[in-house]
Amino acid sequence: MNAIEIINISKTYKSKTKTITALNNISLEIKEGELFGLIGPDGAGKSSLFRILATVLLPDVGSAKILNYDVIKNFKNIRKLIGYMPGRFSLYQDLSVEENLKFFATIFETTIEENYDLISDIYKQIEPFKNRRAGKLSGGMKQKLALSCALIHKPKILLLDEPTTGVDPVSRKEFWEILKKLKSQGITILVSTPYMDEANLCDRIALIQNGKILDVDLPENIVNKFDKDIFSVASDNMFLLLNDLRNYSHTLSCFAFGDSHHLVIERNKADENLLIQYLSRHKNLSVKKIEPTIEDCFMQMLQSEN
Amino acid sequence: MTTPAEKDIVIKVENLTKRFGDFTAVNQISFEVNKGEIFGFLGANGAGKTTAMKMLIGILNPTSGKANVAGFDIYNQPEQIKRNIGYMSQKFSLYEDLTIAENINFFGGIYGLNDDEIKFKSEELLTKLNFHAIKNNLVSSLPLGWKQKLAFSLAIFHSPKIVFLDEPTSGVDPITRRQFWDLIYEASHNGITVFVTTHYMDEAEYCNRISIMVDGEIKALDSPKELKNNFQIDSIDDIFYLLARKAKRIE
Repeated sequence: MNAIEIINISKTYKSKTKTITALNNISLEIKEGELFGLIGPDGAGKSSLFRILATVLLPDVGSAKILNYDVIKNFKNIRKLIGYMPGRFSLYQDLSVEENLKFFATIFETTIEENYDLISDIYKQIEPFKNRRAGKLSGGMKQKLALSCALIHKPKILLLDEPTTGVDPVSRKEFWEILKKLKSQGITILVSTPYMDEANLCDRIALIQNGKILDVDLPENIVNKFDKDIFSVASDNMFLLLNDLRNYSHTLSCFAFGDSHHLVIERNKADENLLIQYLSRHKNLSVKKIEPTIEDCFMQMLQSEN
Repeated sequence: MTTPAEKDIVIKVENLTKRFGDFTAVNQISFEVNKGEIFGFLGANGAGKTTAMKMLIGILNPTSGKANVAGFDIYNQPEQIKRNIGYMSQKFSLYEDLTIAENINFFGGIYGLNDDEIKFKSEELLTKLNFHAIKNNLVSSLPLGWKQKLAFSLAIFHSPKIVFLDEPTSGVDPITRRQFWDLIYEASHNGITVFVTTHYMDEAEYCNRISIMVDGEIKALDSPKELKNNFQIDSIDDIFYLLARKAKRIE
């Protein structure tokens, strides 16, 4: 069975001066037990989709089902089945850590003790501060508390809207470890992120931009579909090198990627030796043909969209 | 007398420390940043980056230690520091309900530029960003990437010696993120020193030098290349992870 089914959903926001299309005819199926990533930058429409699935926003067109319950007709059933962590911290700032958790347990008619096993890994890390007000917590601790609150009623499906945005790389790695554990306990997870490197940690991903889904697939399939050649190029003067590569006659695009530049060229169009010759004024030049990353693929899709 | 080498140092920090009660947020950090350099200031959440940055831009008094920013002392000359630096945070600080032109005028005004200067520089800026046709549009109507470019351009509108960027690229798409770095390179090329924090480790590679803060202390400081040599690890991401996961402080 599909845990989540989204069929032709569109959503626009209108103000006096303009209309913004947040979601443009989106369809998706997410299987039970899947760790599914919605990958895209701010403003792509991710949060609107989460709000519709969490039954707190109505779509203009289309429908969605969660474990066969309709998000409009059966919203009360759905709310018991999902744990939703919104992108913006939305716990009670003036309640303590423990009071927040107790509050969420109580409204779902359960107790912290009853489901402590599920949250213990995460909650243990913030328990030393259980009497601190939520508003006084640091970013990483707020994130852990929010996840604990979303889990306390033992949901079947977790909706996590950008849980790792603005979080440092160490905490991000820890957070994904937690998600892996939750998945192994059978919880379906829909998680959104603007960090492309997190795509590989998901079972399947959807790439989203401007309210449209660019592609849905296994991360490795998205990489395999890339139909251009890509070279990793480095030299002593990376700034100059970037300009030179952008001026090269076969270049489709060239962007900085950490310690090298990624040069994209039509398949089999470029002779590596000619490229090296063209760059002969550079010292310590290195040119390597490489496999693309998800980020390369996403950038290529963005460019062909425009 | 200063030697020529010293003249080129625009940030000089010695044993800078900040304590809140018995908590030491920043513990005796020392470093120097050169003119035109892109300096990456890395650290996990809670490592003390923001506290250190607040002291450097003159809005928080240190407990002890010394620092000189853009030629001014952080204890006695915070107002001069503010006039000689630019600052941009991930929240941008543009006025959403003003137009592009109004934001430019406003920032020019508070930076103390006169009307002629504002007029000249705003023409220059509108041309550079290709914003002439939309200069009377509200900032709230702009795509995120455009806002970011405008915010950065306004942070350096008064030609500061140093621009401080606090996670400037969080959440934007990968192409816009790289176009933003094109602007950073250009500013650095024009002699503006760039002091930047980021959680994207690939961006750390674009910096001339980076420091990595753990529990209030600077645990590593060098060019990305030298760091990789010294640690015998070939990615900054892994070096960061190695250092930062030793943190004892729970934020």
